[in-house]
Amino acid sequence: MTRTLATARRVLQQLSHDRRSIALIVVLPSLLMTLFKYVFDGSPAVFGRVGPQMLGIFPFTIMFLVTSVTMVRERTSGTLERLLTTPLRRGELILGYGLAFGVAALVQALASSATAIWVLGLDVNTPWAVELFAVVDAVLGTALGLLMSAFAVTEFQAVQFMPLIVIPQLLLCGLFAARASMPTVLERTSDVLPLSYAADAFTTLGRTSGFGSHLAKDLAILAGCCVAALAGASLTLRRRTP
Amino acid sequence: MTDPFAIEIEELVVVRGKNVVIPDLSVRVPRGCVTGLLGPSGCGKTTLIRAIAGIQRLRSGRVHVLGEPAGTPSTRERVGYMTQNSSVYPDLTVRQNLHYFATLAGTGEGAARAALANVGLQDKADALTAELSGGQRTRVSLAAALLIDPELLLLDEPTVGLDPVLRRDLWQLFGALAADGTTLLVSSHVMEEAGRCDRVLLMREGRLIADCSPDELRRRTGQTDLEQAFLTLAEGSAA
Repeated sequence: MTRTLATARRVLQQLSHDRRSIALIVVLPSLLMTLFKYVFDGSPAVFGRVGPQMLGIFPFTIMFLVTSVTMVRERTSGTLERLLTTPLRRGELILGYGLAFGVAALVQALASSATAIWVLGLDVNTPWAVELFAVVDAVLGTALGLLMSAFAVTEFQAVQFMPLIVIPQLLLCGLFAARASMPTVLERTSDVLPLSYAADAFTTLGRTSGFGSHLAKDLAILAGCCVAALAGASLTLRRRTP
Repeated sequence: MTDPFAIEIEELVVVRGKNVVIPDLSVRVPRGCVTGLLGPSGCGKTTLIRAIAGIQRLRSGRVHVLGEPAGTPSTRERVGYMTQNSSVYPDLTVRQNLHYFATLAGTGEGAARAALANVGLQDKADALTAELSGGQRTRVSLAAALLIDPELLLLDEPTVGLDPVLRRDLWQLFGALAADGTTLLVSSHVMEEAGRCDRVLLMREGRLIADCSPDELRRRTGQTDLEQAFLTLAEGSAA
């Protein structure tokens, strides 16, 4: 536990020396939300319907990128090699990362949803539930980023995993077309992609108020995906390498 | 301490891709002294050190460290490893780097301060590691390996790119650590550094061509200069 917390602290300290990255993490999603609102200035219903979705998608994408690149950098700089010769366990390293970027994700989700709800006037019935799902989406992005970084040898490859992992999920999650209207193969595929459940949750949050069993189910599935991806990430981290 | 050897390697074979990096190597490194691992770049020094650190995938063979298989949780607490590239975080200050590695090793702030003093970097404690010179970064990396107060210290080319004064200071530090009972395995491709070791392992193309004291090396080859001694042995082993 001490080593997990020390790792999370170290990752946040690294981030704290990089002011521009902090600004990007905190401000970028809010800026994009603002842009989104005024692009659909003529049809505010679109912002009302898709806006909440964006609150989940931006942190998911950004955290995926940030985490996978950071982890690949750890690998290429030789610090991972050193860490693996210390008493630090692989699970502790992965959890430390998850925790640090979870904190960053929390700040990001708070900033972007506060901007959307109170500055841009996005109408949601249960703001805290929107925040909750935004944070869970961001943590999911972090967890998938950690998992995928195992397959990237260079930062260049890690960046290109973003379109590979994120864009198909975006297309299939029900944001652009209802999942039920897709060919069966695609609909079944979307059933096993975590972002589908995030999109489903934000759709529900846009329509209803309160926190029903439907949302609880989405939340449980997303949390399960986070745990599975983190477990996978610590298993794919090899102590002995060729 | 029943076992007089810190490192015992039997019939080690390491293959990386299609290259046989270490074809068949057996060696025993005694405790409490400075053993130099010398040989030209690409001869397999780093691979051998990685095998001892427990992070190298082996084809076959046995690597025992401090009486246990290399890389077990208990040996990881007792072995310090400094990689060839200064593997510390450039975007942390020197102090933050050492604090993190000290926490992982379960040693305190005092150990971090002592390690910093050992490498002569007290005045740079709050500098960002990225802003240090290459030699200073190497010393931060060395300090990170020192601060766990290890029984076995594996140093991969720790003196590369350092000025002669600092190099001398570090070799004095290595000697002092060995006098306190630490076992050191120090790699270098500079033959004259062999003279500063208690024992020398000479490597060439993945094989050991000598395992003896520097004096014995001079005697056996009839050369006073260690560089010449290496050449004599290398040509002898090739023939």
